[in-house]
Amino acid sequence: MERSFISKNPSVLVFLAILSLFTLSVTILSEGFGVGVISTSFVKTLGKTLCLCLIAVAMDLVWGFTGILSLGHFAFFGLGGYMIGMWLMYERTRLIVVDSLAQAEIPPTSAEVVDAIATQVFGVVGSSEFPLIWAFSHSLTLQLVLVVLVPGLLALIFGWLAFRSRVTGVYLSILTQAMTLALALYLFQNDSGLRGNNGLSGLQNLPGVTTSQDVVSIWFLWASALALGLGYMLAAWIVSGKFGSVIRGIRDNEARVRFLGYSVEVYKLAVFTLTACIAAIAGALYYPQAGIINPEEMAPIASIYLAVWVAIGGRGRLYGAVIGAAFVSLLSTWFTGGQAPDISLGFYTIKWVDWWQVLLGVTFVLVTLFAPQGIGGLFDLWTDRRHPDRHGANLGPDDGALREKEAME
Amino acid sequence: MLRLLLAGLAILCACLTANAQETGLQPILQEHQEIIAKSSRKTIGPAIDAIASSGLPQAQVMLETWAAKNVWMRKSDGLFFAGQKAEGRSYELTDFDTGEVVGTFEKSDLKQLKPNSGVRAMIGTALVQFQLTDPSRAKRLAALRSIQRDPEGALLDPLRASIPDEPDADLKAQKQRLERLLTIGHDADTAARVAAIEEMSGDLGVDMRAALNPLVVTKRQAAEVLPDDANVAVVLEPGSDALPKDVAYDLLVARDFAAPQVSPEDIRAALAENIEGGRVGGIPVAQLNTDTARAQAYAALAAAGTVPALVTQADVDAALDAHVFFETYAEPSPEVTAAAAKALEAIELKVGLNQTLDLTLDAISLASIYFLAAIGLAITFGVMGVINMAHGEFIMMGAYTGYVVQQFIPDHTLSIIVAIPMAFAVTFAMGVAMERLVIRWLYARPLETLLATFGISIALQQLAKNVFGTQARPLTAPGWLDGAWVLNDVVSISYIRIAIFVLAMIFLGLFLYIMKRTRLGLEMRAVTQNPRMAGSMGINPGRVNMLTFGLGSGIAGIAGVAIGLFAKVTSDLGNDYIVQSFMTVVVGGVGNIWGALAGAGMIGFLQKGIEWMNPSNTLAAQTYMIIFIIIFIQFRPRGIIALKGRAAGD
Amino acid sequence: MNTLLEVSGVSVTFDGFRAINNLSFQIGEVELRAVIGPNGAGKTTFMDIITGKTRPDEGRVIWGEKSLSLLGLSEAKIAQAGIGRKFQKPTVFEDQTVHENLLMALQNKRGWLHVLFYRTSTDDLQKVEELAVEIGLHQDLSRKAGELSHGQKQWLEIGMLLAQEPRLLLVDEPAAGMTPQEREHTTDLLLQAARTRAVVVVEHDMEFVRRLNCKVTVLHEGSVLAEGSLDHVTSNQDVIDVYLGR
Repeated sequence: MERSFISKNPSVLVFLAILSLFTLSVTILSEGFGVGVISTSFVKTLGKTLCLCLIAVAMDLVWGFTGILSLGHFAFFGLGGYMIGMWLMYERTRLIVVDSLAQAEIPPTSAEVVDAIATQVFGVVGSSEFPLIWAFSHSLTLQLVLVVLVPGLLALIFGWLAFRSRVTGVYLSILTQAMTLALALYLFQNDSGLRGNNGLSGLQNLPGVTTSQDVVSIWFLWASALALGLGYMLAAWIVSGKFGSVIRGIRDNEARVRFLGYSVEVYKLAVFTLTACIAAIAGALYYPQAGIINPEEMAPIASIYLAVWVAIGGRGRLYGAVIGAAFVSLLSTWFTGGQAPDISLGFYTIKWVDWWQVLLGVTFVLVTLFAPQGIGGLFDLWTDRRHPDRHGANLGPDDGALREKEAME
Repeated sequence: MLRLLLAGLAILCACLTANAQETGLQPILQEHQEIIAKSSRKTIGPAIDAIASSGLPQAQVMLETWAAKNVWMRKSDGLFFAGQKAEGRSYELTDFDTGEVVGTFEKSDLKQLKPNSGVRAMIGTALVQFQLTDPSRAKRLAALRSIQRDPEGALLDPLRASIPDEPDADLKAQKQRLERLLTIGHDADTAARVAAIEEMSGDLGVDMRAALNPLVVTKRQAAEVLPDDANVAVVLEPGSDALPKDVAYDLLVARDFAAPQVSPEDIRAALAENIEGGRVGGIPVAQLNTDTARAQAYAALAAAGTVPALVTQADVDAALDAHVFFETYAEPSPEVTAAAAKALEAIELKVGLNQTLDLTLDAISLASIYFLAAIGLAITFGVMGVINMAHGEFIMMGAYTGYVVQQFIPDHTLSIIVAIPMAFAVTFAMGVAMERLVIRWLYARPLETLLATFGISIALQQLAKNVFGTQARPLTAPGWLDGAWVLNDVVSISYIRIAIFVLAMIFLGLFLYIMKRTRLGLEMRAVTQNPRMAGSMGINPGRVNMLTFGLGSGIAGIAGVAIGLFAKVTSDLGNDYIVQSFMTVVVGGVGNIWGALAGAGMIGFLQKGIEWMNPSNTLAAQTYMIIFIIIFIQFRPRGIIALKGRAAGD
Repeated sequence: MNTLLEVSGVSVTFDGFRAINNLSFQIGEVELRAVIGPNGAGKTTFMDIITGKTRPDEGRVIWGEKSLSLLGLSEAKIAQAGIGRKFQKPTVFEDQTVHENLLMALQNKRGWLHVLFYRTSTDDLQKVEELAVEIGLHQDLSRKAGELSHGQKQWLEIGMLLAQEPRLLLVDEPAAGMTPQEREHTTDLLLQAARTRAVVVVEHDMEFVRRLNCKVTVLHEGSVLAEGSLDHVTSNQDVIDVYLGR
């Protein structure tokens, strides 16, 4: 009965193989390390897509497996980005400032250096002092710790408040959305200490690294692929064991799990916080590739898109989330980037830049109605899986429970 | 100083009035001939005063002519006349006293008086006293306005003089009020001023505060001993919150009572200037990257006498100890300042009360907007348990419907009357279509409904963008909704907001009527409580759900028209209201219209309250509000007005 | 005989409706008890109170030899204290296999870290096998619970309850919708369970109750109407009036 983790989850091996193959081929085709077929900006897009896949895995864990439709995970993603962005911005500005102050007749004191950095960084919001939250920005190690700690703590506090008052289902979704909105609005202020709607910029330049972006982009691609691989394995390990059994139980019938003696709130909190940390790591890898982060990125709508990706990919299966995120976000880039050919109807020309959102919205409604298993459901056709016949009844009474159409044997 | 001089001159001139009446205006003009000819703002004062206080009827004419740049001086004898352009380069001159034409002269024989704008303003002030008694009411009112804009002590006497003969009761009241205010600021008699202040104490007018505030303006001073003659407001202790030590020392430096402190920048600059062979004061330049090293080098320089010595903390303390710091009133009379301070305090209290009232009105109007926006959601979410993320887009569609209607019906009143049912019809139809096509397949799956309606939401938003463009479209309110209902200088509320409040109340009534008095309402309540049972009683739950959803959507459309009247109509209009609407429903409690009302009230008051505490920052206000709501949910997870009992647990 | 659970003077009101009215009830450590009563007598609410789903307005619920008060404890804590509950409708986790269902219910540490790093021991596997044999599902261990028949799901749920090793079992209408053979098996299971622990069965079906052959408590309008052997209570005039007579 007892088998090893990998043998129980062959899909993990397949996934890792595909991921490695993908990373290898992109490296070979890139400008930095290979033949230069793929442009550096497209390498960055692919690297960012891997990060989006990672947060989609986190979303699937929290929504597809635990049944909590969180509309706040992009807030954690953004917070992670801000945390690493603070160090990148501080350190890069420090190098520039030290360079320029070295020209002066009198060598600068360390206080003068810090003041000059602050003026550089915060001049745009009319301030010249470091707020308290930048206290650790000089240290990469501490800031890396904060990448996980700050979103994790926020998720822990918010989750504790929400779950202990037994807020579930749609209520919880709205509450997470409100949290995201509150955070975004807070960051939009100039005196939030994170440069208001200017956000943090110039993050693509690694301090002290003079190598060209062609090479740096590949480094980040590798890092993102590694994070995705590890994140996927972690998620697969979590859901395959008894813990996975319990959280799926919570998704389908929360009350029953409670009467089995499991403290549902603690489990939800653990999953919520863990996925928030994964989201934050994904964000910390994403924004150095994007180069800029501002509060716009954390608006509630981003988190809803995340749910859209997972739903289109197929919730409740990890590879579905990855496929959904990669497919929809790349397609979205293609359509909105103006690369998709316009369709001329004679009387009207459909410009995809304008109509992609409409198409996405309608597709999404159709997927929800007719293919709740999403793209992942196609794999069932291929592997010829059967669904349990429930004569139309659903698998559990709770809001997040899997519905008959989605379940598979 | 100038004011005193003016007052003195006025008295002097008043004495001269008697004989001036016999001799006419020309002698007075001649008396000031030189300065009138020069017409400089600095010197012209006495001349204008002399003319104005001559008491002659022709003085007003002369001043008006002067201001209009039509006074000419005859070069031959220096007499002044009113000039009128005649043929060629010649002017026809008229005597001010007799009003007779004295002849036509070549321009070369004349000099035109060209008062600049400063002088014209002074002439205008002098003219005010004539205008105050002018037979035309409009002119008297204009004169009053001019005094209100620019109250001056010199105008007090003419103003007082004009009050008894004022025929218009309204103007008389205004004049009396103005007289009191002028008395406060400018009367020579302290007792009269104090009396006026006490009489007006508690008045809410902005003009009253404008009259009092200059009296209590203080100036921060430093001296070795406290002067006896100054009207001291308060003595300050250096190092206290009101006067930090460095500020106190800066005050001493500004008065040359102490040497300025040497700032780190100064040290740095001084060091940079005194580099000798790679060293400053014996310390290598490369080592000057700490504050201690720099201080040492500077001390060495100071010892050599090349730079001023550092001011030490001990020097600062000694200087501070040797001086007293205090604030003086610009107003010399302590009785007046005391009375003014007391009156201002009383006014502050009243203003505070009125501001609270104003804030309450604001909050009520905000609450009615949220209520309008949320009522449709309360119906769909509360009655059907369906969350409609496209609700905001229905609001947007309502607003755009209003805009489109205005394109066809230019009359704003009529177009709004047409737009409201049109918006209802359009969004009702959309709601019904959406319910039939999408939502009814998802009743058992609330989270999927949320996502599907979100899909509809982004599609609708982009469609609106494609059709109407990204720029904001105007939805103009009818003229009779412009303006505001002004209670006093503090409390006012715009008519649009009152209209929205009325609209919200109408909808509350309408909703209650539908729910309690109509067949549809009965069926809706039945389906809410037990759909299966309702079905077996012959109610068609599908039809009821469809109509409920249509109703909720339709009301959202009407809310859109109302919101469009004061907000910009853009494709993402709905985004601004959707989260607040959700919060309203969640905070209020699901399934109950009173809950939505309570929720809207709470959120409206909360938001205004937080904005009041932190007025500069509406973003922060929203953040704090959402945090408050999250915490509120802890204590009342099911809202203010919650369903109780076993049903609520399932 | 020691008292395991003592409920005394408990009342609950829902929106003015008194669902439980000054109810008192006790059960010993090893005992089988049937609770009967007409619809709305408060049977389900009674279970809700014991398992912590509903908080009573007044009264006491005392548990075990340490006289622990169950009021104010969370559902999970009460379950961990040793009270298992089976719902009226079979509620098993349909998306998971029988094996997973039983493993989840197995008496083990419930903390999330323990569960996360839990590795199935041979001991636990053995227990699951034994339970599967007991409930007659050893052939179906790797099948999804959703595919089982109605009766099998009921047994699986009873199996999950037994896996919890509770000291008190609350069973809500176990025989509803079962074939006669299935009923017999269910009866055996319950009787077997009651040999080592306390079992409370809420049931409508008199025939089933008679087969259990145990002490019967009759609930009516939220309080105890009669208590004793089935023959004793069925001859009680009050019981006949409110329940059997109609």
